[in-house]
Amino acid sequence: MKVSDLNNLPEFTLLSDSKESDITGVFCCDLLSIAMGKAPSGSAWVTVMANVNTLAVASLTDVACIILAEGVAFDSTLIDKAREEGIAVFKTDLPIFDAALLVNNSL
Amino acid sequence: MSELMELNYTVSNEDFTRAGEASSDVKKKLKQLGVSPDAIRKVAIALYEGEINMIIHAYGGKIKVTISENEITLILADKGPGIADIDKAMQAGYSTAPDKVRSLGFGAGMGLPNMKKNSDKMDIQTEIGVGTTVTMVINI
Ligand SMILES: Nc1ncnc2c1ncn2[C@@H]1O[C@H](COP(=O)(O)OP(=O)(O)O)[C@@H](O)[C@H]1O
Ligand SMILES: [Mg+2]
Repeated sequence: MKVSDLNNLPEFTLLSDSKESDITGVFCCDLLSIAMGKAPSGSAWVTVMANVNTLAVASLTDVACIILAEGVAFDSTLIDKAREEGIAVFKTDLPIFDAALLVNNSL
Repeated sequence: MSELMELNYTVSNEDFTRAGEASSDVKKKLKQLGVSPDAIRKVAIALYEGEINMIIHAYGGKIKVTISENEITLILADKGPGIADIDKAMQAGYSTAPDKVRSLGFGAGMGLPNMKKNSDKMDIQTEIGVGTTVTMVINI
């Protein structure tokens, strides 16, 4: 599925637009060092860690998009950085597992 | 071995918002040079972890990246407190990071193990109260 297809799911709200890319899997983790080492490129990364470093890790690992779960609070610097890096960021009120499952079932 | 390019960066103290700038820039340059995605990913991970360590554990530092035909060399030098026990520091899960840093998602004690795993050669020179220099080589 494409990143833009996620926007058609009512559970997800797009916070920053990006270049179109394919989602090839789902990855869940909140510890940035683990995500840095393990997030597969092309995956949708579901996390509650919502700071500007999340974007740095996403960019370096080439994930397809970030999904901020549990309705976590995030600041505007995260969105600014997402625009700069061209990475799509979604938010959802779903818990991490449910969000990941929903993406996985839509792949 | 012929050297194609040398890149230098300064990592500033305690500036988490800028962490990863050097790694992103190196990643872009390697892409332009046509280096394989696999090698680029290794460099990005190794360099980012090193960058973060200089911010969390030292007071910032300097990074020198040398790209030659067959390998990429990353040298990260800081004038931080040094590492008392390298073997311990290399263990997965060992971390002295403060709570403030953990709340940002760092301090899982995976940095040095990630750096080791993603480089073909890694060397740490450290002296208490003087600083630490980590050298990593990634074959391309
Ligand atoms: N550049 C450095 N200067 C001083 N101490 C360091 C440096 N890099 C790593 N360390 C020490 O090694 C430990 C393990 O590092 P690392 O595996 O990256 O885990 P983390 O950064 O999550 O603590 C750190 O907690 C710290 O005590
Ligand atoms: Mg570290």
